[in-house]
Order: sequence, then C-alpha cells, then structure tokens
Amino acid sequence: MTEAVAGKNLVGLRFLMMGTAALALGVVFGVIGGFQFLYPGFLEALSFTSTRPLHVSLVVSWIFLAAVGGVYYYLPNKVGLPLWSDRLPRWHFWIFLVTGLAILGHYLAGKFGGREYFEYPAMLSVPIVLSWLLFGINYFKTAFRHARQWPVYLWMWGTGIFFFMFTFLEAHLWLLPFFRDNMVREITVQWKSYGALTGSWNMMVYGTAIFVTGKIAGSEKVAHSKLAFAMYFLGLAGLMFGWAHHTYLVPSEPWIRHLAYAVSMSELIILFKILWDWRGTVDCHKRNAHCNAYRFFVAADYWILLNVLLAIAISVPAFNLITHGTHVTVAHSMGTTIGINTMILLGSVYYVIREELPMTVRAACSKKVSFGFWTTNVALLVFFSSLVMAGMVKGLFDGGAFQQMMMEIRPYLVVFAASGVVLMLGLWVLLYQAFKQLWKILEANRHVGDAKVEAKPLPA
Amino acid sequence: MTAIFFVYSAYVWTAGTEAPQHAAPTEQVMRGQALYQDNNCMACHQFYGLGGYMGPDLTNVVSRMGPDYARAFLIAGTERMPDFGLNQQQMDDIIAFLEFVDTMGVYESPEYEFKWYGTVVAKND
Ligand code: HEC
Repeated sequence: MTEAVAGKNLVGLRFLMMGTAALALGVVFGVIGGFQFLYPGFLEALSFTSTRPLHVSLVVSWIFLAAVGGVYYYLPNKVGLPLWSDRLPRWHFWIFLVTGLAILGHYLAGKFGGREYFEYPAMLSVPIVLSWLLFGINYFKTAFRHARQWPVYLWMWGTGIFFFMFTFLEAHLWLLPFFRDNMVREITVQWKSYGALTGSWNMMVYGTAIFVTGKIAGSEKVAHSKLAFAMYFLGLAGLMFGWAHHTYLVPSEPWIRHLAYAVSMSELIILFKILWDWRGTVDCHKRNAHCNAYRFFVAADYWILLNVLLAIAISVPAFNLITHGTHVTVAHSMGTTIGINTMILLGSVYYVIREELPMTVRAACSKKVSFGFWTTNVALLVFFSSLVMAGMVKGLFDGGAFQQMMMEIRPYLVVFAASGVVLMLGLWVLLYQAFKQLWKILEANRHVGDAKVEAKPLPA
Repeated sequence: MTAIFFVYSAYVWTAGTEAPQHAAPTEQVMRGQALYQDNNCMACHQFYGLGGYMGPDLTNVVSRMGPDYARAFLIAGTERMPDFGLNQQQMDDIIAFLEFVDTMGVYESPEYEFKWYGTVVAKND
C-alpha cells in the first residue's frame, strides 16, 4: 500500500464548503416550512410547494457533498492514492454548482417537475448524471490503484457511488411510457429506487465514519475487520432488497417490512458497536488532538442508540399499533439524517480542518464549536422528543373529532417548530466555523493549487 | 449478490408489476399528470402514502368522495391549499388523471389520519 504523500490535493475542500453552505441554507427553508405547517398564512410570498423542495434538495445535497468532498480529499491525502484525474473533480464541482443553482432558481420561480425528491424539471437531471459519472470514473480508476485487499471504506464508497447512479437512473424510468402508463409499476419502481437512494448515501456516510475514526485512532484494523464487512453486507442487502425507508406505507405483508427493518437495524447496531469499541482505542492524546472531530462521532453513537431503541419499540406490534402513521416515523427520519449522518459528516469536516490547520486549530476543543455542538444536540433532542410525543398522543387518542386531536397535539408541534429554530442556530455556528476555516485553508494553499500528488510506496 | 439484484430489478420492472386489466392512459390523463407535476401537488399530497404530508392522500379520492368534491378544491383552493388558477379544461384533465390513478388500486388508510405538523386528513368518513 502507498501511504506517504508529497504535495496536496485540496479539491475536496471546495465540495465541503459547498456542502456546509447548502445545509446552512437548507435548514432555513426547513424552519419556514415548519411554520407554514402550523400557520398556513406564514410567509405567503414563498409557497410551501417551493419551501419543501428547497429544504429537501439542499439538505440532501449537504449529505452528498460532504461525503463526496471527503472522498476527494481522503483518497490522495490520507489513503495515498493520487486521484486518477485532477481535472474531472473541477468539472464535477462546477457542473454541480451551476445545476444546483438552476434547480434552486426553478423552485423559487415555481417551475416544478413534481417528483418526490426530484421536484425540478427532469431535464436538469442530465447534468447531475454527467457530474456523478465523472466522479464515479475518477473514483474507480483511483481506487483500483490500491494494490492490496480493499479496506471496507473503499468498498462502501464505491458501492454508494455505483448504487446512487443506478437508483438515480431508476427513479427516472417513469419518463418511459412502458413505466408511466402503468401506475402500479410506476409507483412501485419509484419506491424501490428511493429505498436504494437512502441506502446509497448511508453507504458513503458509514464508509466515511469508519475511515475517519480509524485515522483518529491511528489504526486500519477495523477497516479490515469481519465486523465491518458484516455491516457492509447487511447495508448492501438492505439497499438492494429492503426498499429501506419507504416501505412502511406499502400495503405489503408485515413480515416483509419487519425483515427490512431488522436488516437496517442490525446494520446500525454494528456501527454502534464499532464506534463504541473505537472510543476505547482512542487514547487521551489523540482524543485531545482531534477533540473537535471526536465528539461528533461520540454524538453519532448516542444518536444511533436512540434511533435503534425507537426502531425496536416501533417493531413491537403493541407499540406499532400506537405509533403507526404518526410523527414517530418522522422522528426516526430526522433522528437518523441529522443525529447520525450529519454528526458523522461534521466530524469528518472538522477532522479535515484539524489536519490542514494544525497550527491555528488548537488541540483542545474550540469554545465556539463546543457551543454549536451542544446547542445542536440539545435542540435536536427536544425536536426529536416532541415528534415522538406528538406521535404517541396521536396514536393513543381514542375516537373523537380530529379537530380535537389536532388541538391536543398542537403544543408538541409548537415545541417542535421552536426547537427547530434553535437547531438551525446551533448548526449555523458549526457550519460557519467550518466554512471559515475551510476558506482559510484554501487561501493558505493558493500557491499549492491542486498540484499533482505524488505517492511514494511505503517500504513493505 | 449484485447479479441477483439485477434479475430482481428486471422482475420488479416487468412481470412483478404487470397490470393487464388496466387500460393505457388517454391524452387527457397525460395532460392531467403533467399538470399535477407542474404544480407540484406532490409537495402536499400523496399517492399510496408517498409524497408530502400537508394534505390528504389522493389515491382514491375520486371514488371515495366523487369527482365534484375533488373539483371543489381545485376551483378556489382552501386556507391551506393554494388556488392554482386552473381553467375548466385543466381541471377536467386533473380530475381525469385522478380517476385514472383511482382505478389502479386501493390504498388502505386508517380511519382518520393526523399528518405531521398537524394537518388533519379526512379518511373514509
Ligand atoms: C400547499 C399544499 C397543497 C398543495 C400544493 C395542493 N394541495 Fe390539495 N389540499 C391541501 C390540503 C391541506 C387539503 C385538505 C383541505 C384543507 O385542509 O384545506 C387539500 C385537499 C385536496 C383535495 C381534497 C382531498 C380530500 O380527500 O379531501 C384534492 C382533490 C386536492 N387537494 C387536489 C390537489 C391538486 C390536484 C393539487 C395540485 C394542482 C393540490 N391539491 C395541491 C394542500 C395542498
């Protein structure tokens, strides 16, 4: 394996910056949408048909951009695999940025394609496919330079990249009359593709978690462990056959849903164990050196625990009777995308910052980051709990007019919207700090440009 | 595993979702579908539970409530649902599309549902 690296390739940082900006903006539309739900007249100038896709597209972009930026940064600088092409990532960046802005413009102008997740006109998917293709080619050409057995994160990243492409194309099959003319087929295929979509970004995020935690601990052991590969295969099975997170509402046999559930939960339990064990291997010195990054992974671990507990509760039929079709499901999706995915990706971003700015970023935890970290996590806990409570109250509500039920659940939704505002502020602190420091790194390395990275093989 | 997945996908795309008893959509239905998408009705409504949760699921709204009921919402909107300024022809097209969706299958839902953020959704009442 090659490890020592001369020179730098910082193109990944641009993706991380775009990602932090996307999330910072995306949460604003989430908050606006939340208030529009409670108060129909809220901010009438911006219709809910626009705020919803603005929110969803921007936050999903954050997850992808942060994962992609990490891959572009880690391969040449930390894995010792210089990128196959230094030019393709620039194309990827600009195509994605221009397309992204065009999509946001369409939403603001009220021009829609009207499909879940891809609510923009379908034509705009063409450049997205193109940019992802550039990424995919570069990734596989680069990763195949890895001489020995691939560590699990290379598998996870590659699988995420491949299946995103597949599932993205599958989500557009409705454009063909063969699919469009048959509503059952059209909707089934759409669900199937969205399940794999969540699975593909989880692959990229979990791969990042295993990579960065390994780097902080200074050991590749986990990345080659049986446990990590078991997790990989479970994730792959879930992605392929679980239709992961969109099957709850499908009127299928209950056992199919429970099986899919069991698969995706076992995957999380393994990740929980990996992170838990990892904490034991990180000594005081390393923990201090990577304090800012370290705590995000610890937080992710607790969020995994909370989400798994919630999921197990939902799987028990008696509880399911209460929670089915309620806000508890929403709590689950917010808990996983913010609590698990976003914590891991912020950990990754702060790890990169610490690696690139060892002189400016003090070894100890920075105060501002601590403030943002705690604000975000406490607000998320309130946010998450208010959704669970709202769901329970709705589930336990016996008979009566639904107007009455609405009144009963409304207080929780007000808490939900209010904690959403605090959550936004907490995230802003974290994202602003990250953005500023990423900017600083790029400024400081201007002369380096995206110079070719030369890998020197390590002596065996 | 990947090979199995592709076979499985091909099955889902074809035989697994065959609906032989169903007629192909008419021109009007296609126009209605385009209008449904252009106006992003999906941001608030669902088919088979998929979509936004602000408004009710529309899979079987026509057979449950009748086309005139559905049309009433399109004419002027409500407090929560915007008025899209549709003309008669466009409303006819959308209703035709909703009818088409309706004949495809039945989406079972609880008696009444309470969507996230508090919108009340009338079901089977
Ligand atoms: C901003 C959200 C929103 C959008 C966009 C929207 N609706 Fe609605 N719609 C609602 C809500 C909410 C209701 C329930 C009545 C209420 O609470 O005002 C509703 C009710 C309906 C109903 C009656 C359903 C029932 O079971 O009572 C139909 C039909 C309907 N909408 C069709 C459409 C169509 C077609 C479009 C797109 C052209 C559309 N809606 C766009 C929010 C929306």
